[in-house]
Order: sequence, then C-alpha cells, then structure tokens
Amino acid sequence: MTIDLTVIWAFIIAFGVFAYVVMDGFDLGIGILFPSFRVGEGRNRAMNSIAPVWDGNETWLVLGGGGLFAAFPLAYAIILPATYPLMIAMLLGLVFRGVAFEFRWRDAGHRPFWDMAFFGGSLVAALSQGMILGAILQGITVENRAYAGSWWDWLTPYTLLTGLGVVAGYCLLGATWLIWKLDGQPQDHAYKVARRAAVATLLLLIAVSLYTPMLDEDYWHRWFEAPGIYFASQVPLLTAILAAALFWALAKRRQAAPFWLSLGIFLLGMAGLGVSMFPFVVPDQVTIWDAAAPHRSQVFMLVGVGLTLPLILGYTGWAYWVFRGKVGHEGYH
Amino acid sequence: MWDQADALLLARLQFAFTVSFHFIFPAFSIGLASFLAVLEGLWLKTGKALYLDLFRYWLKIFAVAFGMGVVSGIVMSYQFGTNWSVFSDRTGPVIGPLMAYEVLTAFFLEAGFLGVMLFGMERVGRKLHFFATCMVAGGTFVSAFWILSVNSWMQTPVGYEIGANGQFLPGPSWAAIIFNPSFPYRLVHTVTAAYLTTAFAVGAVGAWHLLRNRANAHARKMFSMAMWMAALVAPVQIFLGDEHGLNTLEHQPVKVMAMEGHYESHPDGAPLVLFGIPNAKEKRIDYAIEIPKLSSLILKHDPDAPLGGLDSVPDADEPPVAPVFWAFRVMVGLGFAMLGIGLWSLLARFRGRLYDWSWLHRGALVMGPSGFIAVIAGWMTTEVGRQPYTVYGLLRTAQSASPLEAPAVGASLLGFIVVYFVCFSIGTWYVLKLMSKAPHAHEEGPEQGADTPIRTAGITPGPHQQSAPGAAE
Ligand code: HDD
Ligand code: HEM
Ligand code: HEM
Repeated sequence: MTIDLTVIWAFIIAFGVFAYVVMDGFDLGIGILFPSFRVGEGRNRAMNSIAPVWDGNETWLVLGGGGLFAAFPLAYAIILPATYPLMIAMLLGLVFRGVAFEFRWRDAGHRPFWDMAFFGGSLVAALSQGMILGAILQGITVENRAYAGSWWDWLTPYTLLTGLGVVAGYCLLGATWLIWKLDGQPQDHAYKVARRAAVATLLLLIAVSLYTPMLDEDYWHRWFEAPGIYFASQVPLLTAILAAALFWALAKRRQAAPFWLSLGIFLLGMAGLGVSMFPFVVPDQVTIWDAAAPHRSQVFMLVGVGLTLPLILGYTGWAYWVFRGKVGHEGYH
Repeated sequence: MWDQADALLLARLQFAFTVSFHFIFPAFSIGLASFLAVLEGLWLKTGKALYLDLFRYWLKIFAVAFGMGVVSGIVMSYQFGTNWSVFSDRTGPVIGPLMAYEVLTAFFLEAGFLGVMLFGMERVGRKLHFFATCMVAGGTFVSAFWILSVNSWMQTPVGYEIGANGQFLPGPSWAAIIFNPSFPYRLVHTVTAAYLTTAFAVGAVGAWHLLRNRANAHARKMFSMAMWMAALVAPVQIFLGDEHGLNTLEHQPVKVMAMEGHYESHPDGAPLVLFGIPNAKEKRIDYAIEIPKLSSLILKHDPDAPLGGLDSVPDADEPPVAPVFWAFRVMVGLGFAMLGIGLWSLLARFRGRLYDWSWLHRGALVMGPSGFIAVIAGWMTTEVGRQPYTVYGLLRTAQSASPLEAPAVGASLLGFIVVYFVCFSIGTWYVLKLMSKAPHAHEEGPEQGADTPIRTAGITPGPHQQSAPGAAE
C-alpha cells in the first residue's frame, strides 16, 4: 500500500487555511466591529485582546499562500491571477489593518484615523477573502496551464454573497472572542452583536448552500445523490444542532462556549467545502494531482512540517496562555 | 492601446517597488533584534538599569518597524503568484519548499514570540522574556537564510532537473539547491549589511542626542556601541563584498561587466573605471576616469589578464548598464564612507574625545540613513544586473509574467504606491518621533505609558505577575 502524499498535502493546506480563517477570522471580525465599540475603554480593550497574537495569526495566511506555492504550484499560478484584484485588495486591506495596531497608540491626534483604517482594512480583507472563495467555487477558465479569463470574471452575485457570508462569520467569531476576553459594558455590547452576527451568518450560510448546487451540475450530484448525500447530509444537520446550542449559550450568557460553538460552525463549513471541491483545487479543471509538486518536494516539506508544526502549535499555545484571562482596564480608574 | 510589454514593465516596477520597501524594514529589524537581545542580555548580566532603559527605548521603535516589515512581507509572498504566475508554476517545485521552510522555521518563530517580547515582561519573568527576545532575533536570521537561498538559487541555479511540462524539478540533493554557489556570499554580505544599517541608525540617534546634551549617559552608551560596530564591521563588509564580487565574476560575468562599465573587451588588462557616465547608445563610458589595468589586477590578480566586455555578449542577453553601474558605485562609496566613520571613531576614542567631538557626531548623524541607501543600491546591483533573466540563463523575465492585462497591473501598482506612501511615511514619521525623544532613566516599554494603558495586565494575573519585578528596575 502506498500513502498518497498529495492527499496528505491537501489536508495540510486545508488545515493551514482553516487555522488562518479561525485565528485571523476573529481578529478581522473585531476590526469590522470596532467602530461599534465606544471610543476609549471599549475600543482599547477590544484591540488589546488581540494585540499580542495577531501577527502569529496572520502568519497562517503566509503558510496558506506559501504552502500552496510549494505543494500545488499550478493551483497557485492559476488562482492568484484569476482573482487578481481581490488579492490586491486583500493585501492592501491587511496593510492598513496591520499597521493600525502600532500606529493608533503613537499619537492620540490621529487615533480616529487609525481606528477607521483598522476597521476599513479588516472589512476589505474579509470581504475579499470571501469573494476569493466564491470565485474559486464558481469556476475559473483555464487554458494551457494558465488562467485564461478576463480580470473581472470573479465579480458575480454569487461571489458577493460568499463575501458577505465570510464578513458575517468573522463578525461572529470576533464578537464571541470578545465575550470571552471582556467584561462589563463592552462585554454586554459583544453579546448583543454576537446574536445579530449569528443570525446573519446562518442566513448567509443557508443562501450560499442553496446557491452553490445550482452553479454546476457536478455540485448537485455531490450533495443530493448517493453516495455523497449520506455524508453530505450530516453537515447541515450538525450545523443546525450547533446553531441551536450557540443561541442557547448566548442567551445563558456563557463566557467561552459561544466562541467554541462558532468555531464548530466554521469547521462544518470547511467540511462542506471539502464535499464540494475534493479532489479539485480549481473546480472541474485542475485536481490536486494535476497541480501537485513532485514527490521529492512533497517529502522534503513533509519532514519540515512534521518537525516544526508540533513546536509551532506548542509555542503558539504558550503565547495564548501567557495572555489568558480577561483583558484588564487598569489605568482608567 | 496596451500591449503585453506594458504589462511586463508594470509588473517589474511593481515587484521592484514592493520588494525595495519591504527590504528596508528587515534590514533594520534583523540588526535591531540582535541589538535588543544584546542589550537585554547585558542587563540580565550586569543588572544595570541603563541597559534596560536602552532596551525599552529601542523596543518601541522595533515594534513599529517590525509591524511595517510584516505587512509589506505578506504582500511579497503573494507577488509571485499574482504577477509572476508562469514563473511560479515553473519554479514552484524547487523554491516553493524553501519558502515554506521560511514560514515554518522563521515567521512563526518571530510572530509567536513577538507578543511576549513586546508586552509580556511582567507576565513571564526576565529569563523567559530574554528567551523570547532571542527567539525573535533568531527568527529574523533564519528568515534571511531561507529567502536569500531562494534568491541565490535564482541567480545561480543548480541541482535541478527539467520536467516534461517545462517545470524545474528538484534533483536528488536539496543541500545542493539550498547551498547554491552564490548563497554563502549573499547571506553573509546581506546579514552584515543589516548589522551595519542598524549600527548607523543607532549611531545617528546617539549622535543627535549627544549634540544636544553631551552628558546624557544613555546617548553615550548607544553611540559608543554603534561606533564599535562601525569600526569592526565596515572593513569586514568591504572584504566580504570583494569576495562576493569574485564569486559573481565566476558565475555571472556579464553582471560584473555592467558593474565595472566594461563595454569593450580588454585583451591585455582592463582599467578600473572610478567614475564616468554610461552611454548606452554608443556603448561606451563617457568622461571616464580610469586607473589602467587595475580591474584586471583586482578581479584576476594579474594586471595583464584579459577581461571580456559586453561586446562579447549578444545585446538581447545584456542587462541595462547604467543602473547597475551607478548602484554599485553608490554601495561601494557608502561602504568606504562607513569605514571612514569607523576609523574616525577609533581616533576619537584614542584621544578620549568620543563624546565631545561635535564634528564626529555630525558626521555620524549624516550617515544615519547610509545603510538603507547602501542595501537598496546593493539589491539594485544584484537584481538589475541579472536581467534579462529571472532564473539566470534559463528563464527570461519576459516569459515569467502572469497573463494579466496592463490596466490591472497598473491599477494595482498605483494602489501599492498610494497605500505604501501613506502608511510607511507616517510610520517612518512615528519612528523619527520616537527617536527624537532623548533616552532617559526609567524608560517606558511599549506596554506602558499614558497612551498605551492596558496591554499587559489581566484580571487573572499571569503566573509570574507578582514575583517578577521586571518592570521595577
Ligand atoms: C582579492 C580580491 C580583492 C581584494 C583583496 C580587494 N578587493 Fe576591492 N574589489 C575586488 C576585489 C578585491 C573585486 C572583486 O574585484 C571588486 C568587487 C566587485 C568588483 O567589481 O570589484 C572590488 C571592488 C573594489 C572597488 C570598487 C571597484 C569598482 O568600482 O568597480 C574598490 C574601490 C576597491 N575594491 C578597493 C579595494 C581596496 C582599497 C582594497 C584593499 C584594501 C581592496 N579593494 C581589496
Ligand atoms: C521576494 C522576497 C521576499 C518575500 C516573499 C518575503 C516575505 C515575507 C513575509 C511574508 C514576511 C512577514 C512574516 C510574518 O508574518 O511575520 C516577511 C518578513 C520578513 N522578511 Fe521578508 N520577504 C522577502 C524578502 C526578504 C529578504 C531579502 C529578507 C532579508 C534578507 C527578508 C527578511 C525578512 C525578515 C527579517 C522579516 C521579519 C519582519 C521584519 O523584520 O520586518 N525578506 N517577509
Ligand atoms: C565596498 C564595499 C562593498 C562591496 C565591494 C560590495 C560588493 C557587492 C557586490 C559585488 C554585490 C552584488 C552581488 C551579486 O552579484 O549579486 C553586492 C550586493 C549587495 N550589497 Fe554590497 N558591497 C559593499 C558594501 C555594501 C554595504 C556597505 C552594504 C549595506 C550596508 C551592502 C549591501 C548589499 C546588499 C543588500 C546586496 C544585495 C544582496 C546580495 O547580493 O548580497 N554592500 N555587494
């Protein structure tokens, strides 16, 4: 029996993307919700809840992009040009979002400006990421190992919908993270926002789920015909259970549970994505085996991942542990 | 209206612009991270509060510079795919894994420990905090290691096979790919360059505050440390640069022809062109000031050794001469100016005037930005000099670009220019503002101070919160 390294690599990349979506997801969500927090204590504490960890969170994006380049170079070479304006918008958004962490403390006079940069950067980045996802799902024109469409192909009602879905989902992650890290008035506010974000996320999730099988017959087969349906039908079922638990936890004002339940919903979303895509990286055009780097590259990198990933998870966990607990508000009273 | 050539030119401009901006920050933060580790180590060893004050002073500046390095770096890791997709497809199997290793071994390390380094002193105690600082410093070095290996492989590609679909595939030995012929030279030369850049930036800040108040003990310390670096490392860098040049002559002789301004072959000893104006049309150096035979002496250890010129190379394989010629002279000129400041500081030390020789301080102040200019000039020499190829001798730049329309590339270039100028000029302004404040006793860290009230402490105290007196020196 041979182990198919290409499949292993597909799972590693999927893991990297998921880790990114979860971790930077709540960072970006906090950015999007930022203006709704009161100037002063509310905003400062919201920002401080992620200031020590955001850089590590964003590094998963570099792993996602770099990993795709290394493990599936052809996919990287097709998807990035196909979603070019979205990629650029995301990167520019991340520039504003990233520098705001330091700059906002550097002069009080321009703090409102950097607060808006933090908000705008986060919003643009989240929206672009959602639309990139949609653009991949709706299909990409490929000829001769290269993208062959025009530079506006990605803009459709479907991608707008997936974009909004990701924005709402990130807001949910951000709000539930803040519930966990804050107390007092800002926490009350986070509860309120989390409820709304949960409703919006679920509605958009349903809309995208209904829209996707209509895009292409293949999706329809995967979701609604045997044998796919036996596995696929579990995804919405579990999502419904988790969603109910989430609303219950929010109503009971639980501290940590809403965040973990939201993560669960994201994980199921990812599984649904797997149902729709696997084993394609560019739907209907390029499979993971078409795009895969040669065996030698895969082995070499697998050694690296095997050695470093446990360490990375270890010290990342430690950094979160160091900054555990509610974010304080000393110095204000 | 637009054709492929415009898209290509715009893509090249975009890469040059984004990577030049990116490199400015690592050049500073590689050196500064090590400087911070040294300062904290000295504090732990001697217990002198002065070192802690300096550590905190530079940590605030580091935080701003590092943040800009990170965001501009994220852009870089996507530039390959967005603008150079054909290149990515062809070379991904070889250089992709090296970049993946950079993420796994360097970026996570830096980013994971950065939070603790910036905000965690009270939470983890001194020893662990020092460990975190060392991890960040180590991460910056490891990052330089991998990315320079990638760049060097593109300059001197070895250890590959060509696949049926035209891709470069790794051969049996990864070591051959990683330690390709130009890599050791490029690594030491670039890391040394980062140290020099930081030394001159730190030295200029020290000099500025000495000019305002000679008695400032903190300014004295940083100026003295920086001048030691300048005096010891500048000569090393000149030596390494020469070695690097010899290596380049072996593997990329055409680049050296452009650096030297040798349009013509010299069968019996080539002159060293000190100065002149490259004339691309007539293919000669106008107003040249030359030292006969010296170039052959330097490059071949024989004044009469023949040296080929660009006339021996087809026009289509030549790099543009003027930018390479000028950039190289700027770098080398600054290298010698740095050496001059280093020697001057030794003289000042010898005469006991290091802290009150105002002209030395003025000189060091003027040289503050010199490292940044030299590293950008060095990269221009390297990168423009290897044109018209992306993988030297094998893959042309013109064949590497993405199938994009010129307006798309132009619009994104415009976006980068606007956003970078807004963000990074304001960021630089903040760095200068921090530098203009005199270092003093009881310096605040990034986590303290009126403007940043609440970053560290939580309601649930960290394990060492009560026991670690880190803040109270
Ligand atoms: C054995 C090699 C070697 C040694 C011992 C030296 N150099 Fe060197 N030098 C070179 C080998 C070299 C080089 C490899 O030929 C360079 C680097 C790249 C180049 O084009 O020439 C160079 C460049 C270079 C340049 C700039 C040349 C140009 O503009 O093209 C100057 C002014 C010097 N060197 C001066 C010196 C001085 C004053 C040295 C002694 C103290 C010295 N070099 C030692
Ligand atoms: C095209 C080439 C390059 C790419 C794709 C690239 C990519 C990146 C990325 C993605 C980051 C952010 C990492 C994080 O999230 O923490 C980064 C930061 C960094 N890069 Fe680069 N980089 C390039 C060139 C270079 C070069 C030439 C050097 C050094 C010689 C370098 C050294 C660093 C360092 C030390 C950092 C840490 C942040 C900082 O110090 O500012 N990079 N780079
Ligand atoms: C007189 C002194 C110097 C000499 C002779 C020298 C020589 C060289 C040469 C020959 C290259 C091109 C290598 C190639 O073929 O790709 C180079 C590149 C470079 N130089 Fe220098 N250099 C000197 C001083 C400096 C200084 C003072 C700095 C910065 C503080 C610096 C920073 C760089 C950088 C960043 C590069 C690009 C990376 C690389 O290829 O190593 N150099 N140098």
